[in-house]
Amino acid sequence: MSNMVMVLAAIAVSAASGLPSLLSRSRAGQVASALVLGAGALVGVAGLIPVFGPSSPISLVAEWGLPWGGFSVGLDALGGIFLLPVFIIPTLAAIYGLGYRDVRDHPEGGRGFDVFYGLFVAGMALVVVARDATLFLLAWEAMALSSWFVASAESDKAEVRRAGWVYLVATHIGTLLLFAMFSLWKASTGSFALVSAVAMAPGTAGMIFVLALAGFGLKAGLVPLHMWLPGAHANAPSNVSAVMSGVMIKLGVYGILRMTSLMPRPELWWGWTLLALGCLTGFAGIAWATGQADIKRVLAYSSVENIGIVAMGGGLALLGRSLGRPTLILLGMGGALFHVWNHGLFKSLLFMDAGLVIHETGTRRLESLGGLLKRMPVAAALFAVGAIAISALPPLNGFAGEWLIYLGFFRGVSAGTGPGLPAAAAGAAVLASIGALAVAAFVRVFGTVFLGSPRSPSPSKKGNASRRSAEWLMTAPMLLLVLACIVVGLAPGLVLPAIGAAAAEWGGLRNEGLTLVGLADFSWTLPLALALLVLASGIYGLFVLSARRGRKTARPTWDCGYAEPTPRMQYGASSFSEFLGRSLSFVAVRIRKSEPPEGAFPATGSFSSKAPDPVLDLAIRPLASLARRLMPGMRFLQKGQTQLYLAYILVATVILLALGAATS
Amino acid sequence: MIDIIIRYLLFLLFPPVMLGIVNRVKAIFAGRKGQPILQTWRDIAKLARKEIVLSSTTTWVFLAGPAVGLATMLIAGSLIPFGPFRSPLGFTGDLILFAYLFGLARFFTTSAALDTGSAFEGMGASREVTFAFLTEPALFLALLSLAKLSGSLDLNGVLLGPAGGFSPTTVAPLVLVALALSIVVLAECSRIPVDDPNTHLELTMIHEVMVLDHSGPLLGAITYAASLKFFILSTLLLHVVTPPSTGIAALDWLLFAAELVALSVGVGVIESIMARFRMRRVPWFLTGALLCSGSAFVLLVR
Repeated sequence: MSNMVMVLAAIAVSAASGLPSLLSRSRAGQVASALVLGAGALVGVAGLIPVFGPSSPISLVAEWGLPWGGFSVGLDALGGIFLLPVFIIPTLAAIYGLGYRDVRDHPEGGRGFDVFYGLFVAGMALVVVARDATLFLLAWEAMALSSWFVASAESDKAEVRRAGWVYLVATHIGTLLLFAMFSLWKASTGSFALVSAVAMAPGTAGMIFVLALAGFGLKAGLVPLHMWLPGAHANAPSNVSAVMSGVMIKLGVYGILRMTSLMPRPELWWGWTLLALGCLTGFAGIAWATGQADIKRVLAYSSVENIGIVAMGGGLALLGRSLGRPTLILLGMGGALFHVWNHGLFKSLLFMDAGLVIHETGTRRLESLGGLLKRMPVAAALFAVGAIAISALPPLNGFAGEWLIYLGFFRGVSAGTGPGLPAAAAGAAVLASIGALAVAAFVRVFGTVFLGSPRSPSPSKKGNASRRSAEWLMTAPMLLLVLACIVVGLAPGLVLPAIGAAAAEWGGLRNEGLTLVGLADFSWTLPLALALLVLASGIYGLFVLSARRGRKTARPTWDCGYAEPTPRMQYGASSFSEFLGRSLSFVAVRIRKSEPPEGAFPATGSFSSKAPDPVLDLAIRPLASLARRLMPGMRFLQKGQTQLYLAYILVATVILLALGAATS
Repeated sequence: MIDIIIRYLLFLLFPPVMLGIVNRVKAIFAGRKGQPILQTWRDIAKLARKEIVLSSTTTWVFLAGPAVGLATMLIAGSLIPFGPFRSPLGFTGDLILFAYLFGLARFFTTSAALDTGSAFEGMGASREVTFAFLTEPALFLALLSLAKLSGSLDLNGVLLGPAGGFSPTTVAPLVLVALALSIVVLAECSRIPVDDPNTHLELTMIHEVMVLDHSGPLLGAITYAASLKFFILSTLLLHVVTPPSTGIAALDWLLFAAELVALSVGVGVIESIMARFRMRRVPWFLTGALLCSGSAFVLLVR
């Protein structure tokens, strides 16, 4: 009980954390807001820890005068998995934000930003603890709206406003679907309380699952519902991108997992659907990521990919539940939840690192960057670690999480028969392909941004160069995240019990003998990682000794005999992915325009390539412009007056009530 | 204990010899006398003594590429059983680590290539990362088929098969798995028909063009790591196509070495009688590997 109170207090403190900044429009206010947020997070984390232990879930119900349900909140291991990043990552991003968006440099947008940032964090936390549909939807909307405000902080740019508009529409379509889902839930279980349903008509249960998949999938970014995500993530300030990508979109996953855990035994097609959607999302997401020209859009599409990987684990676990195979439940769900944590760590790290690059150079275009390793050695090293982790390469945390999912697929294949088997095999093959593409995508970004030589003349440093403290404020949270990636990667056993508890709780296996810790033996990670490290650094040391022995003459890269290679002759981001893009043309669209040089003395020549989003740019935008051509006839309904729209709502409510009375 | 010593002696010393055999076979086909079998070892020894020339563009990543590339191969070689001899390490799920170690090596070698800022090395890196998205799922489907056959989840169990060897009824899927793995070996080890290790035109290279700027000990380490990779992937393939163990350790080691020699001769023959594919046809060739291992799996579970 006291734990619940601590978490609720943390939520309240987070919600109010913007007040110092609002009241005193100064640097001190901004710092105080971050500190308050951090204090709230500490209380919340302290309250959270016990839920991973053997104690039973905690809940708290109070009346609050709304006719639909009480103020009902709860804490359990599944919620804890999602709540922990909700408290930790935004605090780190707020510290980072002190350097990235110093209020003295942003006098225009500084005031509201911290207020909405605090509300955003509180909304996310409340979503996880809510155990009543009404409270859940209120929290969901608080999260969606406040995140829209912080994501549109640089609304003086047209691009930001456009992306914000798409996000706002998408998130509300999602909420509408959730209204439909919770109404069905009420009709089927008799109340809006989010407690385990004992029995449910299969048709209704299936409908609820589909609506949850669509409504929550919009927030999570499941393909083809990801269309808002790349634009919103790329155009938000980097500290906000870190939170949206690292934490917020996971709450869409949380919704799907929560609803499926509450419903009775799932049908086989649920698992199939989620697994198939996960495969599509993962593969398409990373295939699209390899073609992007904007560093933050690469990271955003990679988030789509990672959500796909989480969904694959979830799909496997659902299949396990339908087939009565606890090993698949534990390994699939364990891998999915582990990946939720891991992605929260490395994706927020990478967004912060991208922000550091943007802060230093003033551009997000990969083709203008290059050779930054020499200028920003720390940022480059941190990015390298994040890139290895997100490509799921050993020995970092990304690999540990995917290893669980792979193990689930292999177990599904080696010891099983029947319908789960081909699904598991296809899942493993797709996951392998995703892994290879992730390496391609992140080598491409690391290579074009940090390696080689600068592709454009060194841009002037933005902002006030005298504030060296800004760099430390930005680097320190990233160091913590890198440390977490390494520690979790080397010793996954540290976090496995908590993840196992949540996975068991999701699958209703809390009191069974079988545990995730028993299924997945991670004792090999540390010795093998150390062996790898010792070997690699030993060989590296030999190279360094040998290089010192040689004559010290700085030469340019040989470049096959060109007398004077220029940086513009390097392989750029688009050339790097050109061959890959052609091989992936079955899923990734690339629009190329070229004017090849002609004649014996060619004067000009040009080439450009674009990677539009197949769903947003090729399907939804044309439909939207069609709608704009057809719709002016309806304009008489639109007067631009809020009161009129409220009147419409009231009239609609009355009509619905009348209809309800007439039919019952 | 003696097996472990033989194992590591063979693993550390024999791989460059395999490249020598491939080259000798190609020379005989071309009507030349050919270089000594131990030429690759001589090259490595000579490179180790030479000085490293570094471009002013490069950073620590340039050195880390060959270092991590070699270290990962040494670890991967410790995970896989040789012939009938179990690997010294070995744990549930090691086959996933095995496959991903190649990804780690790829990350560092391609990054090191991009570190030079050369268009040619970028070109090689771009091709290297592209092919993996087809070879990795082919490799995983092959491993899944073997896991299905053996009911095991570690490389020892998966590759050594059930106690009495694979049953004759599974010949068809095993042939398909072997085909898939052969293509993976040729692609991952940059052999003809995917890549030509002897080509002299940078525009058509993959592996060789990535390492243009590496010199001295760096190039030596890359050459050695490439031969280790050839050894490891060949061993993987041999597990599917070779007769079961004789039961006598000494004979088994000889048999294993003979199999490796035979496989090197086979690769040499392929390289002599085939031309390299045009670059844009390579993805289709690799898709073939994916289709083979996928069909093998379908045959197993039908």
